[in-house]
Formats: sequence, structure tokens, C-alpha cells
Amino acid sequence: MRRLELAGWIVVAIVVSGLAIPWFLWGDATLVAGLPLWLWWHIGWMGLTSIVFWLFARRAWGIGIETNSGDSSPEQPPQSTTGGERP
Amino acid sequence: MTLTLQLGIIVGYLILALLIGLVAYRLTDRTAEDFYLASRTLGTIVLLFTTFATLLSAFTFFAGPNIAYAQGPEWVLVMGLMDGIIFAVLWYVIGYKQWLLGRQYDYVTLGEMLGDRFASRRLRGLVAGVSLLWLFPYVMLQQVGAGTALQALTEGAVPYAVGAGLITAFMILYVVVAGMRGIAWTDTLQGAFMLVTTWIALVWVLVAVGGPGSATSALASSEETAHFLSLGSDYYTAQWMLSTAITIGFGVAMFPQVNQRFFAAGSKTVLKRSFALWPILCVLLFVPSFMLGAWARGLDVAIPEGDNVLPAVLAEYTPVWFAALVIAGAMAAMMSSSDSMLLSGSSYFTRDLYRPFVEQSISERREDLLARVGVVLFATASFGASLVNPATLFELGDAAFSGFAQLALPVIVALYWRRTTRAGITAGILVSQAFYLSSLFLATVPSSYAGWTAGLVGMGLGLVVTVAVSLVTTPAADERRAIYFDGLGAD
Repeated sequence: MRRLELAGWIVVAIVVSGLAIPWFLWGDATLVAGLPLWLWWHIGWMGLTSIVFWLFARRAWGIGIETNSGDSSPEQPPQSTTGGERP
Repeated sequence: MTLTLQLGIIVGYLILALLIGLVAYRLTDRTAEDFYLASRTLGTIVLLFTTFATLLSAFTFFAGPNIAYAQGPEWVLVMGLMDGIIFAVLWYVIGYKQWLLGRQYDYVTLGEMLGDRFASRRLRGLVAGVSLLWLFPYVMLQQVGAGTALQALTEGAVPYAVGAGLITAFMILYVVVAGMRGIAWTDTLQGAFMLVTTWIALVWVLVAVGGPGSATSALASSEETAHFLSLGSDYYTAQWMLSTAITIGFGVAMFPQVNQRFFAAGSKTVLKRSFALWPILCVLLFVPSFMLGAWARGLDVAIPEGDNVLPAVLAEYTPVWFAALVIAGAMAAMMSSSDSMLLSGSSYFTRDLYRPFVEQSISERREDLLARVGVVLFATASFGASLVNPATLFELGDAAFSGFAQLALPVIVALYWRRTTRAGITAGILVSQAFYLSSLFLATVPSSYAGWTAGLVGMGLGLVVTVAVSLVTTPAADERRAIYFDGLGAD
């Protein structure tokens, strides 16, 4: 379950980064209130990103990094014989 | 009049900074950890603004608007993606993990963290050495910039060498006295000041020219700049925008003075809050600052060849005192980046090169002293270099962000993949550095690959080599493979 959630957040991070530049407006020069539309998109997108980051910080902070939270399923798959400190 | 005012404002700022430094000095313990990291106690606002001011300062005021003036406002997008989003994601991916590890094992530098995990003094020295290779010329460039700016400001009354020397001496005094706590406090003042004055400047200029609509239509009506308003151009290709945003975004996270701030947060909550506020803070500064640069192109502002755009615009549309205030602020900002770099450069040198290789048993008191001596040596050496300003160092400083970016992926692999071996990460760092340096200095290695920069290609190479060599080698017996994974948590 935790793994699925992690994958979900990775996808969110990629989408958030991928659309900060509105590629679908490439070559477009529409002006809205004195500024190019693509700049408005960027401003709105950065605001949205902040909200997404805030949600992440509230709901999922620690995912993929913290390992000592008692109730979550183990992050490490059973075949981890390659890991671990040597005695 | 203007000159007296500008110098008065600069001197006023320096005195204010020194006072803050003295207050910080009274609060410090005499240990290296306190000197370098303020004993890991920074709060949200201070951490946010010290990172912000360290990262952006002089560039946002000068180079950024210059690019927007010459090539169009798309630079806002590149910077927004690189600093506002990519760096913020790394803030979590690299920063939060580093913070946890730093708290648990008392790490102060990146090299220390890697050297401990891979049980390798050489790796620790390599990371510090590579970092100093890029940091030293970058600090030198700041000194060159400050010296040149003072000379221009005083119309030659303060010659270049004297200006650069004065600023270096001030920075040494300040850093040696104040340490991280004082630097972080002045940065906070600095960051807030930059944000407020940029917005005032924007409003002032827009009121004078009749609003954003007419400023933009001035751009649209000239044939030379009509393409500014459509997204993309021959300069802003998709490959170039992505390459630049990715390499600089990753490079920033490996820049010593930024990376070290990952260790300095006071709590998990501080990291969380800063993370969520970061994109907003970036867009709030980038849009006014770079749009002023772009709009200046359509206005009747004469900008002499080689001069910065923003000062010329301010001089044209705002009162003398305000323009002087902003310019003085920008100069101070240049210093506020450099002082952090001096502090981090010194810590890399003393902790990762001097201590492991020269004098292994050293008391806390003595290390604290050594750290301050390191600051003096580093600043003096880079000042010496700035007087000569050799071409090789200039080029290295100019490419520093991409140079640091080469470290990022091997480090991330090590942080998240247990199978990483000492040989793997060492090879990854060596190969990517060698490749990127060759692309800078050897004509046989191209600097662009189908539009993608050598910096980005080198990052990919570092990733592939780290993973491949780790797969074919076995870990050394003394590697501590579990410490990045087991028992990590904040509470």
C-alpha cells in the first residue's frame, strides 16, 4: 500500500515539474491583462504546486525515507540479503 | 550626491550586518558545529530566507534581468522550474534525508556523510576536492563582480583591487565573527528586503509607463522584440530550457553553502513549511524581477554595452534614493552569497581534507579555531586569484552549477539504493567530472548533444556509471550499508 502511495507521489512530482512550462502553448502569443497567457499559466501552476507540496507535507512527509514508523509495511523487500551491515 | 548616498547606504548596511554578527557571536558555543550549522536550530523563516538569499541574490538582480532583456521573458519559466520546483523536490529527496542522517550521526558536510557510509577517507576527500574545485572560482567571480561594481559606482574613485580587497576583508571579519547564525540572520533581512524592493520597483516603473498593458505592447510593436511574447524562440528551445533547469536545479542542491543548509534546520516542521512555501516565494521574486528586464527592452532606456539592465531602468524611472537603495541591496546580496560560500568552503576544507588527511585527532575548540583560519585562507586565496582573474578559473566559475550537478545523481543513488558500492559511487563521480571538464576545455568533446547540454549528458553518464560499476563490484567489507536506511525517523 505504502509502495503504491510512493509511486503516486513520484508521478505527482513528475507532472508538477513537467507542466511548469506550458509546452502546449508553444509559439502562442495570446495576451491576457498585459501579460502573455503562458506566464499566467506558470504563475497559477506555481501556486498550485505550493498547495500540492503543502498536502504532501501534511499527508505523506517521510514516505520513501523514514523507516522506523512502526505500523507501515517494511520498505525493504525480503530478498535484501545484499543489504545490511556486516557483523 | 548620488555617490555619497550610495556609499552611505552600503556602509550603513555593512554596519548593520556587523551588529547582527556581534549579537550572533554572543550566542554561539565555541564549537565547529555551531560555527558551521548554528547547532542545527534554524527556524522556518530564517531557513527559508537564508536559502533564498544565498541562492538567488546577485543573479536575480543582475544576470537574470539581463537575460530577459536580451532574449525575452521565458527566463521566468526556466528559473521557476529550476528553483521553484526541481530544487524543492530535491529539498525533500536529498535535503530531508540528509537532515535526518545529519542529526543521527552528527554530519556537517556532504563528504563526511558519504565517507562514513562507504568507509572511505578518499571518497570523502574526493567529494570535498571536487566541490572546492568549483566553489573556489565561483567565489572569485563574486569578488570580481563586487570589485567591478564598486569601481563603476564610484566612477573609479575606489579602484578595482581596493574595492575587491575591502569587500573581502569585510567578509572575512564578518564570517569569522558571526558564523552560520549571523549569516542566516542577515540573509533573512536581505531576502525580505529584496522581495519588497523588487515589488516597489515594479509598481513604480509600471505606473510611470502606464501599466503592464502598454509596457507589453511596446514590446509587441517593435519588430526586434515581437517574438518575445510568443513562448519559445531560437534561444529558448525546449532542449535548452530543460537542460538548463535540470542541471542548475540539481547543481544548486550540491552547492556547498546550499547543501549544508539541509543540515541546519531546527526541526521537521521547519523543513515541511519551507518546502511548501518555496514555489510561491520563487514566483513572487522572479516574475517582477525578470519582467522588468524584458519590459526594459521596449522602453526608451539606454543601456550601455556590458552594463546591467535593472540599475539603468531604476535610474530612469525611480528617484535617486530608491535606485541607490536597490543597487546597494544588490551589492550586499552579492556579499551575502559569498560569505555563506566562504563558510562552507572552509568547512569542506577543514573537515574533509585537513582533518582526515593531516591531523586526525583534534579537539572541538581547536577545530573551531581551524575553521575560522580556513575562512581567512580561502577568502585571501580567492581574492589573490581575482586580481589576476585567469581565464581557466573564470570558465570554471561560470560553469560551476553544471559542475556541481554532476555530483547529484551519484549521491541520490547512494542515498536510496543499498547496492551502491564504494567503487560505484567513486567511479560515477570521477567519470562524470572528467567528462564535464573535458567538454569545457577540450575541443574534441562537444558541449552540446542534439540541443542537450554537456552538463545534462554528464549527469546521465554519472548515473549510468554509478549503477553499472556498483552492479559488477562487491561492497568492501567495512562499508556501512545499512546506515542510510535502518532506523531513520524524526520522532
